[in-house]
Amino acid sequence: MSVTLQLPAVLAKLADGRRTLEAQGTTLGDVVADVAARFPALAPRLRDQAGKPYSFVTFYVNDDDARLQGGFAASVRDGDEIIIVPAIAGG
Amino acid sequence: MTATFAPPAGLRPRPQVCRACGALHDPAPVAVCEQCLGPLDPVLDPGRPLPTREAIAARPRSLWRYREWLPFDGEPTLSLDTGGTPLVAAPRLAARLGVARAWLKNDAVSHPSLSFKDRVVATAINAAAAFGLDTIGCASTGNLANAVAAQAARAGLKAWIFIPEDLEPAKVVGTAVYGPRLVRVRGHYDDVNRLCAQVADQFGWGIVNVNLRGYYGEGSKTMAFEIAEQLGWRLPTAVIAPMAGGSLVTKLRKGFQEFTAAGLVSGAAPRIFGAQAAGCAPIVRLVRENADAIEPVVPHTIARSIAIGNPADGLFAKRAIVETGGWAAAVSDADIVAGIRLLAEEAGIFTETAGGVTVAAALALATEGRFRHEDEVVLCITGNGLKTIDAVAPGLGEAPLIAPRLAEVRDLVAQENA
Repeated sequence: MSVTLQLPAVLAKLADGRRTLEAQGTTLGDVVADVAARFPALAPRLRDQAGKPYSFVTFYVNDDDARLQGGFAASVRDGDEIIIVPAIAGG
Repeated sequence: MTATFAPPAGLRPRPQVCRACGALHDPAPVAVCEQCLGPLDPVLDPGRPLPTREAIAARPRSLWRYREWLPFDGEPTLSLDTGGTPLVAAPRLAARLGVARAWLKNDAVSHPSLSFKDRVVATAINAAAAFGLDTIGCASTGNLANAVAAQAARAGLKAWIFIPEDLEPAKVVGTAVYGPRLVRVRGHYDDVNRLCAQVADQFGWGIVNVNLRGYYGEGSKTMAFEIAEQLGWRLPTAVIAPMAGGSLVTKLRKGFQEFTAAGLVSGAAPRIFGAQAAGCAPIVRLVRENADAIEPVVPHTIARSIAIGNPADGLFAKRAIVETGGWAAAVSDADIVAGIRLLAEEAGIFTETAGGVTVAAALALATEGRFRHEDEVVLCITGNGLKTIDAVAPGLGEAPLIAPRLAEVRDLVAQENA
């Protein structure tokens, strides 16, 4: 399954300046693992040492908060868009 | 895409420091740490000269009378007359709560847009101007939209304002009238907020509660400063405020701490209490279950102005509440309406749904035994009831319609006294 990841500017710096990445996986966790392997500097800003989502980013699968879909266990399908934004905003 | 204009001379935003890792950042319209993505807070100059009580009291009655605790060097240029709302004694409410005294910090009459969001926009818009940004914006549940639109119009800045599609009509009209670019977004506030995080990243505008968030949040401290000064440079023993993103309770605590550190006030640190609607209570859950992570929720409540299912400052709010010995409560929509009516009938203040949440939660906390007989409690009333009349109108009944004859009034009086 091929999905698209949209990175904020602050994280694009850790992915060779790329705001959009293509990645593989059938779950959000798989996709993050794929990206983390290819961009080691980005990895600790996507998942913590326990392998859980990094606390200062929020993942959205097709516009919906991934935490409402099982977190890293959320299913992804071919063509899905994953948006990553810094968690501290709003209110 | 960032548009700039000549910034006003003399105002310089302060540097910011990461609340999580401590990394220092130069002043910039950025709200998250380059290193760890934690939240940034402005750093005040520890060597700055501080005013005395008398010097502060002699200044114009606005939030800028506390400018040494706001995140700038130099003189502000915009929104100079926001702040200075009344602190109203509420003896009948105190009796209901079983406390010595109760006070209402009445930001329902805030200038210019009738909610406490005027405070945070006043600081954010000065930061935007100092950074040379000619466009500001926000993701809003309504009150912030009103405040950004009003203050941008006065300042001559462009505004892009994003709101959920189902906002109360008064909040939509109360934004559109100022002529901003107002955009309704299909979804809840959290969808709008995520979109605005992307907008700020893409267009470089000053989204006040996204990339200007550090400077914006500091404006909330002025509510604490005013409470302390209006109590005669004393601290209350307890403060209760509504929670949406969770920032306000953290900034109230910070404000009280800063005035204590400056030697301006007497009294122990107030216990901080937080209030949410039961239909959107992720921070209350954090507190009451001692949880360590926000579980986002999809809001279902009439209290739309605080309906944030994914509160950015939720964990920090929990810390402010727990570390001060406070607590949190969630209340039903029916209790919110009852809270609005109680405040109107017993204190003469018409608040919006968020204020109803605060009043109802205070009553719930009193029932739980969270207050002490000797407490002096301040309730933060953060918005005006004219913005959410639909919440209370159905329960008020219709006024009798009579001919202009004294006999008909006599009949009504007789009925009243029967």
